[in-house]
Amino acid sequence: MNAPAPAPATTIGPPLWLLAEITYRCPLHCAFCYNPTDFAATTVELGTEDWLRVLREARAAGSVQCAFSGGEPLARDDLEVLVAEARRLGFYTNLLTSGVGLTEARAAALKAAGLDHIQLSFQDSTRELNDFLSHTRTFDLKQKVAAMIKANGWPMVMNCVIHRLNIDYIENIIDMAVELGAEYLELANSQYYSWALLNRDQLLPSREQIERAERITNERRQRYGDRIRIFFVVPDYYETRPKKCMNGWGSVFLTVTPDGTALPCHTAKMLPGLSFPNVRDMSVREIWYDSEGFNHFRGDDWMQEPCRSCPEKEKDRGGCRCQAYMLAGDAAAADPVCDKSAAHHTVLKAVDRAQGADSHALRAAPLVFRGPAESKRLIAEASEAARS
Amino acid sequence: MSETVGVAATARPRVSAKFRLQWEDAQQSWVLLYPEGMVKLNASAGEIMKRCDGSRSVDELVAELERAFEASGLHADVMNFLDMARKQHWIEM
Repeated sequence: MNAPAPAPATTIGPPLWLLAEITYRCPLHCAFCYNPTDFAATTVELGTEDWLRVLREARAAGSVQCAFSGGEPLARDDLEVLVAEARRLGFYTNLLTSGVGLTEARAAALKAAGLDHIQLSFQDSTRELNDFLSHTRTFDLKQKVAAMIKANGWPMVMNCVIHRLNIDYIENIIDMAVELGAEYLELANSQYYSWALLNRDQLLPSREQIERAERITNERRQRYGDRIRIFFVVPDYYETRPKKCMNGWGSVFLTVTPDGTALPCHTAKMLPGLSFPNVRDMSVREIWYDSEGFNHFRGDDWMQEPCRSCPEKEKDRGGCRCQAYMLAGDAAAADPVCDKSAAHHTVLKAVDRAQGADSHALRAAPLVFRGPAESKRLIAEASEAARS
Repeated sequence: MSETVGVAATARPRVSAKFRLQWEDAQQSWVLLYPEGMVKLNASAGEIMKRCDGSRSVDELVAELERAFEASGLHADVMNFLDMARKQHWIEM
């Protein structure tokens, strides 16, 4: 692969968004998790001092939004220390959490540290679907956490990943969010990476399901008016043009994974032939402006047809590099969601399989739940396949 | 027909608790930060917003801007901006 010449530094804006994935540890087992399926290979996490340095370097390079994510970020007991430093540096600090592990004491400590916002995800990991839908344990936990969020004066954003198995209950999800007092609700259809890709046949909703969910979402918007703002994100498999993934490669997003690998998006590590720097070895500024990994898909020298001559190439930047790699087998190809892509049929095939009653058989196949044991099994399977 | 009440000249606008206003050196601009998002303000919007701290009435704010930029007749522009900012929930009165 020819390495494109790096774009002149003046055209590259600062890494406005820092996603700090501070741990892969998580009490949940979500079948749609975007963490890499081989996450169990990460055994050593960046320490507190390294994270503090990353925060300082990123802020100096112009980062302003900082999201603490994971895994479950509350699994780290230095979260409060990191938040306090981020806030002191002038970051707007977001905590992306399932709420599991948030006690009154930790909420108070996070408030004192200056945490600006909590995004609470529904603990719908599909294994707990019945519980979730029956409003019992999940509702109790969410109610407790929601009350803490309110009591501390944080704005409340709820996030629920939508998929085939919960989309028909979207009215329950919306009503629950309103009942809990959320100001924003993100109904984000699962995107098919990592664990969700393994489970795609079981998770991709049918067209009919999506249309119904959109209609109900609109009805609920009317009903609740200003009480809640609801965002509904359609799965991109049902589009004919790709999303402008990460707002463009190396344009605003910087992800740092639990082991310190710096990535232009949280799944980019899967791309072959690219090397991504580690914050232990390189400063954030160097990583952002000078590293091969971040410069690789900047500009348009890397583009092939149909992207290269496409009038819409700046609008979507060719879509998602990971999706191109996963579905077309080439990270520099057009995102197969695009109906101009030679591999668009791979998307259509998955969509076809999601329609109608015969998909019942697919749903009977077991879901692969995210977890360390499953991750180790997948790592072993992959190395077995590589040997043969 | 607009249903907005408009902005009273005696109102004392302040940045809403839902947003944080701060100067960003890297962007050479004032920005409004909110959950997982950012509004980058242009120069004149920044000059108005940074004066929305609840201490000045709209009239005082306009007078201050006119002095600072040796300009006159800014009243209508500032009112339009504040009306928009209030609708966006950037400011409270």
